[in-house]
Amino acid sequence: MRSHHDMGGRPAGKCEPSEHEYELWEKRVDALMMLLSDKERQLLKVDELRRNIESLGADAYDRMGYYERWMHSICQTLIQRGVISIDELGRKMAELEARDGRA
Amino acid sequence: MKQTDEADSRGYYRRMQSAIEELLILKGVFSGADVEREVKAMDSRNPGRGAKMVARAWVDPAYKARALHNGSAAAEELGFAVGPLRLIVLEDTPRVHNVIVCTLCSCYPRMLLGLPPEWYKSSNYRSRVVREPRTVLQEFGTRIPDDVEIRVHDSTADMRYMVLPLRPAGTEGLDEEQLAGLVTRDSLIGVAMAKAAAQA
Repeated sequence: MRSHHDMGGRPAGKCEPSEHEYELWEKRVDALMMLLSDKERQLLKVDELRRNIESLGADAYDRMGYYERWMHSICQTLIQRGVISIDELGRKMAELEARDGRA
Repeated sequence: MKQTDEADSRGYYRRMQSAIEELLILKGVFSGADVEREVKAMDSRNPGRGAKMVARAWVDPAYKARALHNGSAAAEELGFAVGPLRLIVLEDTPRVHNVIVCTLCSCYPRMLLGLPPEWYKSSNYRSRVVREPRTVLQEFGTRIPDDVEIRVHDSTADMRYMVLPLRPAGTEGLDEEQLAGLVTRDSLIGVAMAKAAAQA
């Protein structure tokens, strides 16, 4: 069975020429990808980026925004490679949530 | 305060981005300045780069031949870094119209055109343009005559396409810069033609 991301030729709706102004956080996700995958760092291969996006379930894939899928994938890759741990990420996110809450 | 699931999810990934950026800066993987530099660099990439290549190819047959032979080298020639991706330039002719897509994700000639438009990443475009390109192009307001073949090119992570659209009629008197003004982003993707001379 082909997986959900492999969409070529499937029936689908009308194309709406929609535009989208990228938000700063989305550009920063892109920046993370560019930096982590460059020659100097080599902490992310495009195949890892794709694998961790393509292994999302169909429902999550459709529900998530484009850069949300990227962010999920970059995060998974960094954990799989041991660059960051789930624990330290959880602590950092809780810290940021508390900081946002106070702001 | 009640929030929709969607808003929650957006906040979650945004926070994840900040968290990972902060962690990686703390670990010395990169600096905050590196991130700012990448954001600026992506902002500077826009379809004007592709338009410059097309206008040069229209006025300089030798450049056009080089661009069709090796798109990456032709882009570098005009000072646009392509990096490790292979760029292939597809020439439209009176008999053949080219259009690009990435059915598997959203691969796009981002080094020349910047980030892709929303619709390019949509499941509707990715699913249908390979099966019924003529109809999809009509949805963009572009009618390709029945006797013109449409070729759809599916990009990959390592290989990106850009269309070299037909030079519009009546543009013999225009200089390179004016010609570049006729080349829109959508004409570089292939869902539109270059603008007519009067629209310059």
